[in-house]
This record gives sequence, C-alpha cells and structure tokens, in this order.
Amino acid sequence: MRKALGYIWGTVFVIILWWLLAIGIDSPALPTPAATWPELVSCFQKIMPQFWASFGRIILSMAIGTLLGAPCGLWIGRSKRADAIFGPILYVLYPVPKIVFLPVLFVLFGLGGEAKVILIAIAIFFQMVVTMRDAAKHVPQGAIDSMLSLSATKLQIFTDVVLPSSLPALFTALRITCGTAVAILFIAESMAGSSGLGYYIMHAWSLLEYPQMFAGIVAMAALGVILYEAFDIAERLTTRWRRA
Amino acid sequence: MRELCFSHVDVVYGSGKDAITALDNLDFTVSDGESVAIIGPSGCGKSTTLRLASGLLRPSAGTTTIDGSPIQGPRASTALILQDFGLLPWKTVRANAELGLKIRHVPRGERKERASEALQLVGLEEFADAYPGSLSGGMRQRLALARALALDVDLLLMDEPLSALDALLREQLQDTLLSLWRKEGYAQILVTHSIDEAVYLGQRIYVMAPRPGHVVTVVQNEDAGDEAYRQSGEFFARCNEVRELLRQAGGGGSHA
Repeated sequence: MRKALGYIWGTVFVIILWWLLAIGIDSPALPTPAATWPELVSCFQKIMPQFWASFGRIILSMAIGTLLGAPCGLWIGRSKRADAIFGPILYVLYPVPKIVFLPVLFVLFGLGGEAKVILIAIAIFFQMVVTMRDAAKHVPQGAIDSMLSLSATKLQIFTDVVLPSSLPALFTALRITCGTAVAILFIAESMAGSSGLGYYIMHAWSLLEYPQMFAGIVAMAALGVILYEAFDIAERLTTRWRRA
Repeated sequence: MRELCFSHVDVVYGSGKDAITALDNLDFTVSDGESVAIIGPSGCGKSTTLRLASGLLRPSAGTTTIDGSPIQGPRASTALILQDFGLLPWKTVRANAELGLKIRHVPRGERKERASEALQLVGLEEFADAYPGSLSGGMRQRLALARALALDVDLLLMDEPLSALDALLREQLQDTLLSLWRKEGYAQILVTHSIDEAVYLGQRIYVMAPRPGHVVTVVQNEDAGDEAYRQSGEFFARCNEVRELLRQAGGGGSHA
C-alpha cells in the first residue's frame, strides 16, 4: 500500500516535471504529457510488438548472462585456485565498456537480434561474476564450519549456505544491471535492425514524429520500471529472512 | 561413545619457518556422560582441541580416538556449537533445528518430529517459524543447542558458547546446559575463558597455557553438576584455585 502510494507520488512528480520542462523549453522535440498521451493510446497497437521484441531480448540476454555469470562468480569466489587464475582477468576486462564490441558483434552475428542479445548477455555476465565472486567470499565461516561438523558434503554446503547467503547480492546485481541492459539495448536497436523500442524511437525521430517518439520513450521507461520492480519483488520473496 | 582419547597430540599450523605449534603433546580423555571444561587464555589451543574432537582437524602427530578407533572426520553423534552459534540466518528456527538431520538424509516426518522435541526441550517451540535474526542472543544460543540435541548426540562440543551473552543470561543458560546434560546423559566438552563457568560445569577442568598450547594441570571438580554448588563455599574456593593456576601459567584468566 505504502509502496503503491510511493509509485503514484513518483509518477505524478515526473509528469509535472516533464510538463514544466515541455512548457519551458517549448520545442517540438519535447511534447507535453497531454500531447504524448493520445499518441500513446493511438499507437498502442503499433508500440506493443516493439515493446515485446525489446522485452524478449532483455529477458533472454539477462537470463543467459545470469545463468552463466552467477555460477562462475560463486566458483571463483569459493576456490582460491580459480581466483588466482581468473581474478586478474576480471580486473582487466570488467572496466571495459562492453558496448564498444557492438560493431564486432554486428559483423559476426549480423544485424538481427542475436548480436544485441549477446552484447547484453556479456555485460550482465561480467557484472554477475564480479558481484557473486565478492558475495561468495563473504559467506560466514561459522555457518560453513557448522555444516562441516554435521558432516555436510560440498554440494550441501553450496545449496544450503553459499547459495542462500549470496542470493541478496544476486538480486541487487539484477536490479542494478537492468538499467544498463535497457541502455545497451536502446543503443543496439537504434543502430541497426527494424524492431524493438530503440528502433521505434529513432525511426519516429527521423520522421520528426515527436509525440510518437515520446510514446516510445515512455514505453522504454516502463520496460525499465517493470524489470526493476519484478526483481525487487523476487528479492522480497526469496530473502524474507533478511527483514526478520 | 565410551571414551574420547587424545594421546601425545601435536598440532602444527603452516610449515617451515612460518610453522606455529598450536598444541604440544596433549593428553586428553573424556568418558561417557562426563562434563569436561577447558579453560585458558586465547592462543592456548582450546578451540584447536575442540576441532580435533569434532573431526574437523587431524593431529600433526599423536592419535585422536573414540572408543579405540581414530577420528577420521565428523561423526554422526558428535555435535559442535561454535562461538557465533553457526546458525543459518536464511532458514527458520525449525529448519535450523532440522539441519543436522537433513544433512544426514533423515526422512522428513521423523526430522520434523525430532526437531520439534528438541525445540520444546529448549523452550523455543512457539518460535519455530521465526528467523534467527528476530531472536535474542540467549534464544539463538538455545536454538544452537536444539540443533545439536535433535541429533541424539553422545558427545557435545561447545566453543565459548555463552561468551556473547550478558552476565545474568549467562548464568541462566549455564543452568540450562547443566539440566540438559543431566537429562540427556551425553558427554560434553566446554571451552571457556570464564573461571566460574568452568568450575560450575566441568567435573574435570583442563587448565591450558599458550605458546605453544599445552595443559598446565587438570583440576578434579567432582562437585560440579549441581545447581546448589554455585552458592557454596567450595565453589568459590575452587574458583580461586583455578584463578591461581591460570596466573601461575602466565596467561591469566580474562575474568571470573
């Protein structure tokens, strides 16, 4: 309830700010919410396929990046040997902005969806490896010793201690990276291809259809909010113990 | 278990120039149903002794046996309670109490029953669905006890289990430890740096000293095991005796 009220207040604030800016700047490139709204309603049919195209790419790429990155991170964090080998590589590769590989991926995988999904998956992968590696290093030793003294196997220690204690970090990483993922997707879709919200926004821009462009921007913002909120809810459900 | 026996045990951490001798020529026995306390300043090898008994650590030299066979690793009816209790904060009180049984693949129904009994024994049954984070320090300690008791242990090892609690709660839980031990009949080893705790709970008290860790002397304390003992003159005399021994050993007990 409190959360819903918060969202209403946040949305109202953003709309008012947008309105004031639109009036102040008075440019066709920044239409008022009132001018955008009918556009959003009337091109809803046109936007939805683009929305689903973008949504599908984000979900697929984040799933790939997480499913590959999180186990790698946990492994590197728990194994001294793996950390010695892969830790330095991470330090070199992690700060590289992955978006710069977009042209390479376009050449290798073509201008369709694959290159976009792979690029986002790579960015998410590195974020996951680094976050989960740190989380795995901070698993409470007392919990592990207790499990060992109860003659737990390595697998049991992983499923009952390492995994649950790293789960909050996983969701934090997901929430933070969904912003990055949407940003990369926008750039990738606007540069090449003929589907997705990024394409839609830049296409409307090139036709000087500003209200339509803004309808696309609102849809892209909604995509980010939906993802963030979904991860937030998933985190609440799986880490109830943290609020005990 | 009839007897836990350490004979001429050395434990050396590291190797070469950096080697640190944690335990030097330790002889140590605990019989069935006995309550033994180990006291000494930090670095005297108290915790190392417990890790040996639990099977988490193997000696560098000498032998550690239970009923004549060497301790190869963690044993089904030995339970270890660590200083920070080793509870899993992401599991409910009940799931924590069931943990040892789950690891040993005890069927769900029996697991639930035995955990409930153990929680009842320590007075936590009404908190079964809470998470450890919402429990007080004393309740967490009792949960750690319940987890051990659910396993039907015959040897309970405790590493400074009460050191995080305030004085009154500490005495209460010492009474809890005493009554559970009398009721359940397991052998227990209590590592502590508190003199009165060692004297109240230990039928024999191993006084240890550091650099390298070794046993200075073993104090016989047959009167331990009774609530009335704490108020008696003998109790205070025994505390003073142990305090003097610790002082002579050079480390000094941190407090009584």
